[in-house]
Amino acid sequence: MTAGYNTVSMGTGRREFHPKKPRPGIEHYIKEAGKGVLDQIGGPDKVDESVLGNFMAARFNKQANLPGFIPMIDEKLQWKPATSVEGACGSGGLALMYGVRSVLAETADVVLTMGVEVQNTVKAIYGADILAGAGWYQKRKQGHAYFFPGQFSDRAGAYYEKYGYDKARKGMARWFANAMENARLDETAQEHHNTLPDPYALALKMKPNGAAFVDHLTVLDCSKVSDGASGIAICSEEGLAKIGVDKKDAVEVMGWAQVIRDITNDPKDPAELEAIPRAAKQAMESAGVTIDQIGTIETHDCFSIAGILAVEGLGLAKKGEGADWVDAGNTARDGYMPMNTTGGLIGWGHPTGATGVHQAVTIWQQLTGKAGKAQINISDDRPYGMTINMGGDDVTVVAIVYKRG
Amino acid sequence: MGSGILLLTAVEMADLSLKPENKDKSFVLNAIDIDPAGLAGLMKYLREQVRKVAEKKTVWLRKAYADRDDLVENYDIIDEYIFDVLNVVRPGTAMEVAYQSNLIFEAVSENRSLKVKLLSQIDKNNANKPWYFTNTSSVPINLIESEAGLDGRVLGFHFYNPPAVQRLVELITTEKTSEEAIAFAQEYAKNLKKIIVPSNDHAGFIGNGHFMRDALHGLKEAEALAAEKDIPLYKAVYIINSVTQDYLVRPMGIFQLIDYVGIDVVQFILNVMNPFNPDEELQHDLLDKMMEQGVKGGQYSSGAQKDGFLKYKSGKIVGVWDIHKQHYVDLEQFKDECDEMMGELPKSHVVWKNIIRNKNKEELLQQFFNDLKSSDALGAVLAVKYGKRSKEIGEKLVSDKVADKIDHVNTVMLTGFYHAYGPVNNFFD
Repeated sequence: MTAGYNTVSMGTGRREFHPKKPRPGIEHYIKEAGKGVLDQIGGPDKVDESVLGNFMAARFNKQANLPGFIPMIDEKLQWKPATSVEGACGSGGLALMYGVRSVLAETADVVLTMGVEVQNTVKAIYGADILAGAGWYQKRKQGHAYFFPGQFSDRAGAYYEKYGYDKARKGMARWFANAMENARLDETAQEHHNTLPDPYALALKMKPNGAAFVDHLTVLDCSKVSDGASGIAICSEEGLAKIGVDKKDAVEVMGWAQVIRDITNDPKDPAELEAIPRAAKQAMESAGVTIDQIGTIETHDCFSIAGILAVEGLGLAKKGEGADWVDAGNTARDGYMPMNTTGGLIGWGHPTGATGVHQAVTIWQQLTGKAGKAQINISDDRPYGMTINMGGDDVTVVAIVYKRG
Repeated sequence: MGSGILLLTAVEMADLSLKPENKDKSFVLNAIDIDPAGLAGLMKYLREQVRKVAEKKTVWLRKAYADRDDLVENYDIIDEYIFDVLNVVRPGTAMEVAYQSNLIFEAVSENRSLKVKLLSQIDKNNANKPWYFTNTSSVPINLIESEAGLDGRVLGFHFYNPPAVQRLVELITTEKTSEEAIAFAQEYAKNLKKIIVPSNDHAGFIGNGHFMRDALHGLKEAEALAAEKDIPLYKAVYIINSVTQDYLVRPMGIFQLIDYVGIDVVQFILNVMNPFNPDEELQHDLLDKMMEQGVKGGQYSSGAQKDGFLKYKSGKIVGVWDIHKQHYVDLEQFKDECDEMMGELPKSHVVWKNIIRNKNKEELLQQFFNDLKSSDALGAVLAVKYGKRSKEIGEKLVSDKVADKIDHVNTVMLTGFYHAYGPVNNFFD
C-alpha cells in the first residue's frame, strides 16, 4: 500500500466547522481524497479499478450507487471497474480487503481504495438512528436513544462491575488524553485545534449521566461525528513499479484476517470482545509475527472502553488489567505500544465508512516516516504495524498486519 | 397571543398525558386569539419549537413511548411527540371556548382596560369560577381583580421573553389571592422548570421597576453627553450603549435592550407605571419622538431584530438613528471617533459571554471595576456613574416595598436579564 491521503475530518472540534453553515457534500470528500491519491501515483491512467467503503450514504446523504462517483474524481476513471462495499464502521476495512484480494487474484495491479462518510447532515439524535443500522434492527426498539453509545455503555457498565469503576475510568480518561495529544499533532484531525489544558483531569472529573446521555459513558468517551474521506493505493509489486513508487515509500501487507460475529446474538460477555481478538490473532498468524514484533497499532476506539477491551483482547494486558495498562501510559505515543497515533476515532475523527482506510493511511505514514509532527519512533526490532477495524458491536472485523516495504 | 407561554404549557400538558396514570384522561388547551392573524403562524411555531424540545429529551421520550411497538427510531418517536403536543392545543378566535375552562391564562398586550374587559366577560359567562393567570409586566393585579370582579381568583404570572428560554417568572399576588391558586401557580412554574421570584403588586413589579428606570437613566445620560460634549445625539447614543454593554459587562447595551423590548412597549409600560409613582417622572421625550418618527424596534415574527435606536444587520449593530435628520448613520463613519472619546478599556477588561459562567467571576469583575474607578477616561466615568445609579434603583425597589429583599432584585436581573452580577453590589462604591 502507498500514496495514502486523508481529507480533514470535519465536525465539532474543528474551528472552521459551524453546524448551521453550509458545508461540502459527499462528492467533495470523494473527489479530494481520490485526487490526493492519484497525484502521488502518476494519475488515473495507473488505476486498474477502484473501491469505495461507505456505511450509510443512503440515509445521511440520500445517496446510493456510490461507484458512480468514482469517475467524478477524474474522467479517466470512467469505463473502469468500481465497487462500493458496506460493513457499517468496518466498511473501510472491507474496502482494503477488496483491494488486497483483487491484487492477489491478479485482476488488478493498482486499486484505488477509498472510504467516505458525511454525517453532519443531520443532528446527532437522528444520526444515532442511522448509525443504529450497524446493530440488529429488531433490537432497536429496546435500545437507547443514542443506540451505539448505549451498547458500549452497557459494556463499560459490565467492565466497571467486574473489575472496578475507578480504575476503569482512569484508563478511559488516559485513552481520551492520548487521543487529544495525538490529534493535536495531525493537521487533518478533528481535534487538531484542541487546547484543553489537562484532558486527563477533565475526563476523570466528568461523570456519566444517564438522564442526559448514557449511564456509563460521557461524551469524552465517544468518537466524533465526522465528515471525511481517506484513500490509499493497493498495488502488486508490478503495480508499484508501474506507478514509480519506491518500496521504501510503501508498506507491505504481511497478513490479514476478516471475521464476522452473528449480529443477532448479544455479546457472550459484555466485558470482553470476541471478534477483535480472533481477527488480530489470525492476522498475526498469517503474517507470521507475534504481538511483541508490532511497533504500533491503529485500533477501532469508537468508544474509550472499546480501546481498553481491545488492549485486553490483543493480550497486551490480562483481562481486567487493560485499564491499568493504558493508564500507565503503555499506549501513549512514547509508550510501549503506541496506539492510534493520530488520535484514533476519538481524536482524529470517525467518518464511519472511511475509518478503516484512515487507519491504513496512518500506519503507512508511521512506517514510512511520513507522519510529520505525529511521527513516532519505529524501532528495527519491531517494524510491523497493525490495523483493527470494527463494524457494529464487535461484528464485522478486519485486521491487517503491515511492514515497511 | 403568548405563543411561548402556550408552547411551555402545551408541552407540560402533553408530558402529563403521557404518564401511565393519565392515559385515559384528555388534556385540552384552548389557544384563543381574537385576531386570526395571531393564530396564523402559531401551529408552525409550535411544531418547530416542540421538535427542539423533543430532540433534547429523546432519552425520556423513548421510555414514555416504550409501549408503542410502532415507534422504533428517534425520528418516529419525536414525530409522534410533536403530534401529541399539537393535539393538546385547540386554536380558535372564539372567546366562548373559555367559558368552559377551569384555568385561563391571559397574555394580551399591556393594556389594563383590555385585560379587565376580557376577563370580566369570560367570568360572567363561566360558571366554573375559574382561576385567571395574567401575564403582565406592569399592570397592578389588584386593579384587574377589583375592576373585573375576580375576587381572589387572579394572580400575575410574568414570564420573561422568550418564555421558552428565560427561566424567570415573577409571581404577583394580591391580598385576596387564594392559597390554592398560589400553590397551583408555584407547582406549574416548577414543572416548567422556572425560577419564581415573588414581587409585590406595584406597577412594573421588580423587573420593569429596574429596567425602566435604568433605561431612563441611559436616555438622560445620552442627552446630557450630547450637550456637554457638543456632539450629535446619535454619537452619544452609541457611546452610552457601548458603556452599558462593554464597560458594565452586560449581554447588550441599554439602547439595544430598549430596541429588543420595543420602543413602543417601553413607552407603554412607562405610561402604565407613571401614574403610580407620583414622586418620579417616568417618561422621556426621546421615546415619544422616536415613536412619532415611526421607529419602534421590537422583533419580527422570525425573532430577528427590527431597527430602533440602532440599526442591525444579521444581529450586529451597523448604524444609529439620527433623530434630527431622521435616518440611520453608518457606524463606520463615527465609531473610531467615539471609541477614542471613551478612551481605552483597562487591560483587566472582561467580556460578558466569557465571564457569565466563570468561577472567578466576582474577583475578575472587582478587578475590572476597580480599574474603571481609578480611571478618568470618559467611558470609565460614565460606567461607574451608571453602575451606582443601577444600585440606587435596586435599593429603592426594596425601600418602596416592590421587592421584599435585595436578593429578589438581584435574582430578577441575573436570571431575567442575564446580567453577570446583581445591580445591588459593592463594585462601584
